[in-house]
Amino acid sequence: MKPDLFTAPDYYNIDDLLNEEHKMVREATRSWVKKELSPIIEDAAQKAEFPKDLLNGLAEIGAFGPYIPADYGGAGLDQISYGLMMQEIERGDSGIRSTASVQSSLVMYPIFAYGSEEQKKKLLPKLASGEMIGCFGLTEPDFGSNPGGMLTNFKDKGDHYLLNGAKLWISNAPFADIAIVWAKNEEGRIHGLIVERGMEGFSTPETHNKWSLRASATGELIFNDVKIPKKNLLPNKNGLGAPLGCLDSARYGIAWGVIGAAMDCYDTALRYAKERIQFGKPIAVKQLQQKKLSEMITEITKAQLLAWRLGTLKNEGKATSAQISMAKRNNVDMALKIARESRQILGAMGITGEYSIMRHMMNLESVVTYEGTHDIHLLITGLDITGHSAF
Amino acid sequence: MKILVCISHVPDTTSKINFTEGDSKFDTNGVQFVINPNDEFGLTRAMWFKEKQGASVDIINVGGPETEPTLRKALAIGADTAIRINTIPTDGFQVAKELAKVAGEGNYDLIICGRESIDYNGGMVPGLLAGMLKANFINTCIGLEVEGVKATAIREIDGGKETLTASLPLVIGGQKGIVEESDLKIPNMRGIMQARKKPLNVVEPSGAEAATKAVKFEKPAPKGDVKLIDPENLDQLIDLLHNEAKVI
Repeated sequence: MKPDLFTAPDYYNIDDLLNEEHKMVREATRSWVKKELSPIIEDAAQKAEFPKDLLNGLAEIGAFGPYIPADYGGAGLDQISYGLMMQEIERGDSGIRSTASVQSSLVMYPIFAYGSEEQKKKLLPKLASGEMIGCFGLTEPDFGSNPGGMLTNFKDKGDHYLLNGAKLWISNAPFADIAIVWAKNEEGRIHGLIVERGMEGFSTPETHNKWSLRASATGELIFNDVKIPKKNLLPNKNGLGAPLGCLDSARYGIAWGVIGAAMDCYDTALRYAKERIQFGKPIAVKQLQQKKLSEMITEITKAQLLAWRLGTLKNEGKATSAQISMAKRNNVDMALKIARESRQILGAMGITGEYSIMRHMMNLESVVTYEGTHDIHLLITGLDITGHSAF
Repeated sequence: MKILVCISHVPDTTSKINFTEGDSKFDTNGVQFVINPNDEFGLTRAMWFKEKQGASVDIINVGGPETEPTLRKALAIGADTAIRINTIPTDGFQVAKELAKVAGEGNYDLIICGRESIDYNGGMVPGLLAGMLKANFINTCIGLEVEGVKATAIREIDGGKETLTASLPLVIGGQKGIVEESDLKIPNMRGIMQARKKPLNVVEPSGAEAATKAVKFEKPAPKGDVKLIDPENLDQLIDLLHNEAKVI
C-alpha cells in the first residue's frame, strides 16, 4: 500500500460554510485516519479480517455516538460534525465507517431516543467508550426492502419475553456484545429489544466470502427460544417508524461518508493522471481523462452541497426521511460511479491493492444496497412527490 | 507546577508560500495554519506533566483573532486556559516583550517555547523571554523532567547530548525529541467540545515596539527543467556540465 497522500478537494470553498469546530473535528478525524487506519486497512481487507485494534481508536477519537449528549458519554456534537467524521472515516474505508455508523446511529441512537433512563445510563457510556460494541437486527432472509413483513417475534411469558427468529446481513454481529433487535409482539406490533451475548439460544454466525466490506465483520443473529428480561424492551417507541427513525440517522451518515470514498478515488486518480506518462506526456493532458476528472469534481461538489444543506436542516430538526433518502441515493451513486471511473484512469494499477480505489468500489456495492437500496430510495422520493406508494 | 506554553500560529508545511506588498509581507491567502511543530512537541510534554504531576497548563499567543482556531486546538488537546495578546506579531523583540509582561504577572514555574517557529525561523523569542523574566534558559531541549524546583533537561549538541540541571523558574526552547512524533495528541471529540467552554482570554498589548523591520523576502530560485541525457551520449553531458551548469 502506498503512503496516504490524501488532500481533500474543496472546489466551491465549502469550508466557508463550516465553523471552526467543524473544521477541527474533520482535521482530527483525518489525522487519525492517516495515522491509524490507512497503514493497516488494505491488509485487513485482503485478509477479510476486521481490524479489531481500531475499535479503541474509534472510541478514543469519539466516533461512537458523537452527537449523543455528554451526560451519556457522547461528545454532544452537531449533525454536520457527525457527517464530517463519517466522511473522513469512509475516506479510509466504508467498512470501518459502517462499524462507527452502526454503533452510533443504530445502537446508541435507539437507546438514546427510545430507551428508558436506566437503559441509557447503563449502556450509552459503555458504548461510547467502546467497552461494549453493538449491532442492529432488522433485515431478515425473506424481508429486506419490506421490513414490515418480518417474522421474528416475541411472546409475553409473564416475567420475560420469549424471542424467536433470525436476522441477516448484520454488521458487527460476530463480535457485538449487544444487539438491538426488532421483532413483532403477539399483536403484530414491532418493538425493539436489547439482546445480550451469552443469552441462551442466541447465536451470531459470521457471513464469509464477501467481496465487499471485507474489513468489516458481517453475520446473522439467530434466536431460538431466547428468554429476554422485560427490562430489555425499549419502552418509548414502537411500530415500524422506530427502526426507520434509526435508519434516517444512519442514512444521513452514509450521505456524508461516501463523499469521503469519492474524494479518495478522485484524489488518487488526479495525482496518477498527472504522473503517468504515455505518448511522452502525462495522461492528464488528454481530453478523455480531463472529462472524467472534471465530471468527478463537479459531482463531488454537488454531493457536498447536498450533504451540507441536509446537515443544516437536521441541526434544525427539519430534515425529512424523504430528503435523507434523496441524499443517500444520490451520493452513494455518485461515489460508486467515481470509483469506477477512477479505476479506469489508473488502468491496470487500479485493480491492485497498491491503491485504495478497487477496495472503495467493492465496498460501495454494499453501501448502494444497504440501508435502503438505490431503487427503494427513488420510490420514497416518488411517494413523497406524488402521494402514491409504488412499493 | 504552573506551566505556560507559547504557541505560534504558523503556515502548514505543505502551504505554497507567496509574498505581497513588494515582497515585504507574507500572503496568507488560501494558507492553512497550524500549531508551530516545535511548540506542539512542547505542548505534548506539558500534557504529560499535567497527567502525571498534576501541572496546570496555560497557553499563550501573540496574534489577531484569526489565530484563535489554533489556540482552540491546543485547548482541545488538553490545555486549561488560553491567552491571546491582541496584536500582530512583527518581530522577536516585540513578541518576547509582550509575552514577558503577561508571563511575569502569571508567576509561571516553567515556560515552554518551541526552539523556533517554522515561519520566520528567528529563534529569538525563548532566549529574550528568559532574559526579560530573569529566568533560567535552556534551548534545543530533547528531554525534560521536573522534580520539585529542579529541572533536568537534555540538549542536542553536535554529535551527542548534554544533560543539564537548572532550578525553576525556567524557560526552555523545545523541539522534536522532547516527545516523539508518535506521542503527538490528536484532539478527540470530547476535547473539542470541552475546548468550547474553556477560557480564551484576550489581553490588550502593552505597546511594545518592534526593533527590526522586514524590508524584503525572496524565495529560492525556481528549479529548472530536468534534462535527460542518453547514457550513450556522455560527451553531451560533459559539455552541458562544463558550459551550461559551469560546475566542471
